[in-house]
Amino acid sequence: MLEEEAVSLHDAPTRSLNMIEAINEALDVMMARDPDVVILGEDVGYFGGVFRATAGLQGKYGKNRVFDSPINECGIIGAAVGMAAYGLRPVPEIQFADYIYPGLDQLVSEAARLRYRSAGEFVAPITVRSPFGGGIFGGQTHSQSPEALFTHVAGLKTVIPSTPHDAKGLLIAAIEDNDPVIFFEPKRIYNGPFDGYYDNPSKSWKNHAGGKVPEGYYSIPLGKARVVREGAAMTVLAYGTMIHVVEAVLAEKGVDAEIIDLRTLVPLDIETVQKSVEKTGKCLIVHEATRTSGFGAELSALVQERCFYHLEAPIERVTGFDTPYPHSLEWAYFPGPVRIGEAVDRLMKD
Amino acid sequence: MGESPVRSGKPRGNLPPLELYVPEPKYRPGDKVDYSELDIPEPGELARPDEACAASETWPLTTDMIRVLGDDDKAVGPWNPNLDPESLRRMLRNMALTRAFDDRMYRGQRQGKTSFYMKCTGEEAISVACALALAGDDMVFPSYRQQGILISRGYPLVDMINQIYSNRADRLKGRQLPIMYSARDYGFFTISGNLATQFPQAVGWAMASAIKGDTRIATSFIGEGSSAEGDFHAAMTFAAVYNAPVVLNVVNNQWAISSFSGFAGAERTTFAARAAGYGIAGLRVDGNDALAVYAAMEWAANRARGNLGPTLIEHFTYRAEGHSTSDDPSAYRSAHEREEWPLGDPIMRLRNHLIAIGEWSEDRHADMDRELAEEVKAATKEAEKNGILGHGLHHPFHTMFEDVFEELPWHLDEQAEQAIRERQMKWPEWKE
Repeated sequence: MLEEEAVSLHDAPTRSLNMIEAINEALDVMMARDPDVVILGEDVGYFGGVFRATAGLQGKYGKNRVFDSPINECGIIGAAVGMAAYGLRPVPEIQFADYIYPGLDQLVSEAARLRYRSAGEFVAPITVRSPFGGGIFGGQTHSQSPEALFTHVAGLKTVIPSTPHDAKGLLIAAIEDNDPVIFFEPKRIYNGPFDGYYDNPSKSWKNHAGGKVPEGYYSIPLGKARVVREGAAMTVLAYGTMIHVVEAVLAEKGVDAEIIDLRTLVPLDIETVQKSVEKTGKCLIVHEATRTSGFGAELSALVQERCFYHLEAPIERVTGFDTPYPHSLEWAYFPGPVRIGEAVDRLMKD
Repeated sequence: MGESPVRSGKPRGNLPPLELYVPEPKYRPGDKVDYSELDIPEPGELARPDEACAASETWPLTTDMIRVLGDDDKAVGPWNPNLDPESLRRMLRNMALTRAFDDRMYRGQRQGKTSFYMKCTGEEAISVACALALAGDDMVFPSYRQQGILISRGYPLVDMINQIYSNRADRLKGRQLPIMYSARDYGFFTISGNLATQFPQAVGWAMASAIKGDTRIATSFIGEGSSAEGDFHAAMTFAAVYNAPVVLNVVNNQWAISSFSGFAGAERTTFAARAAGYGIAGLRVDGNDALAVYAAMEWAANRARGNLGPTLIEHFTYRAEGHSTSDDPSAYRSAHEREEWPLGDPIMRLRNHLIAIGEWSEDRHADMDRELAEEVKAATKEAEKNGILGHGLHHPFHTMFEDVFEELPWHLDEQAEQAIRERQMKWPEWKE
């Protein structure tokens, strides 16, 4: 991963940015490079989005290319499909991933299958950006992690960054991609990495390597995982906010684990996963989404199918619970250091 | 004070119990049909407002019905598009060809050459007249009963049949249900089985055209039944909000499989009248009157092209045949409905008009029908050389895995290998 990034960065100077700023830069870079890139969504125009991810872009590129939409996700995604059929590259924003469901049919039945059903005549190079995940007291309608729904659909790519650096490079790659991409932004780490200790003071991206973001254009290829940290004791597969929680737990426990940030769930970088589990013999899978039929189940099955004879312990899965996200008890729901720590201990015992 | 009805669950004694209303069509199998209550205005009565008029001025046109061809086969009134005889004959020919095509493909399905077919009998005027009123490069987001648009735009019949047979020459590689064509070069968007999804997409395409300063407009067709889908309302809202250069068509053919139009709200108001709530222009047109359909689409297309905004058109028509080859309408509606449909047959009406103005004859029509049947037959024979469904002449196995993504990811590559291995085991003699 390191060489590939070094190549794509062209030694551009880096600055410390938070994830929102990095996303804003990615959009800015792509709008400047490609006049066919347009942004639509609730509040994305003059106001710049409720999380300010599109701030300043309407002023810079005009109302024809960055505009507010009605509160209608079916219309947002449906219009984006039509725009893509025309030849544009729409980047719709769904204000919270929890609200993607009214647009689901347009995503899974239309955008995802356009290339297939038309045998390549029509394509849908759409990047749907949406903040997801909990930990901000958003209650059950501002906290969900619906990524597994999309990984189950043939024809969609699902991308989740865990740092500002990756957010910019992956978003640029997603917008350049000729397939529909669901780009989930872990909103808990928009402003700083989060280690799962919710009552500690917030940290800033300024002091984090992943907050160093190169200026200008660079892309991180979809389908390539990032080895966050090399190690021998076990392989931890995670993405988004969970990368930071896992790092904190392992540092605390002093376990020499290899952490893999999947970055793209579909297409999955199976090679990096397989190589790592074969080396370590143990596998821990962590995600914030509900457990049953979550993406962890797919990862677990793949690791079992491909690495069974290398495994020295049962695969462990740490996830959110199979309930909606409870407002007052969100820290009891969140797969934090205690839940992950127990799984690490079980794996180390075997 | 007695116990609260909320707690006890018992209704209050002094109020009538509420009743659920479930719509019921007027006629069921065996019933005699009486269309006298249907309000069908005389042709030529409605005014034709300027294309630049305020949307609200079209209100009378949404509750009434635009008609040009009368019972005397004359074309009258301000909506008469005054087409020259050559154009009228072309329109007639395309409608007749659409019907000949439908008849042949229906028989093909019954002969087991394909799994499924959908005729548009009785609705030929809508697709054909709209196609002729649009520019050839305007984009159409069709539903499954607009084969007349492809035919009018000169898309090869052989390619349509290849698609219906899902054979090795099917441009869609055998992936789509028969009749779900896609023809980008002919401005014909790939058809979805999920209803009404194309409506917001058409609006998005039109918005993109406006964003780029293009001159092309978009149009889309749905049935009255699927106007109940949320997508309809999304499309109407977006079209209104962005003043999109789009013409949205609701083909009110009275039946959504076995559900009559009442289940989409037809008993309350017309489908065209819905335009008013969104502040867009609306027209309600006799869908069996090719000249009225042409005039309405021409009006709406000019309006869209002039940046004057979107239009909703309701085409009032009748689905003469079943919903599809898998449907039996005699099980749920009266056979008299079709026989006595007061707006007649669109092909006959245009034919009679051409005869009435001295530009056509019964003999010429019979000759044309024979010629068209031959044309379709020849195309069918040509397509059959590429195979019929289930007889082995299909696209290679590997194509099943192509076009899911632009590039084949590892998991699809592995699955493609599996499919080919299975094929070798099941059919060792197979070559492709």
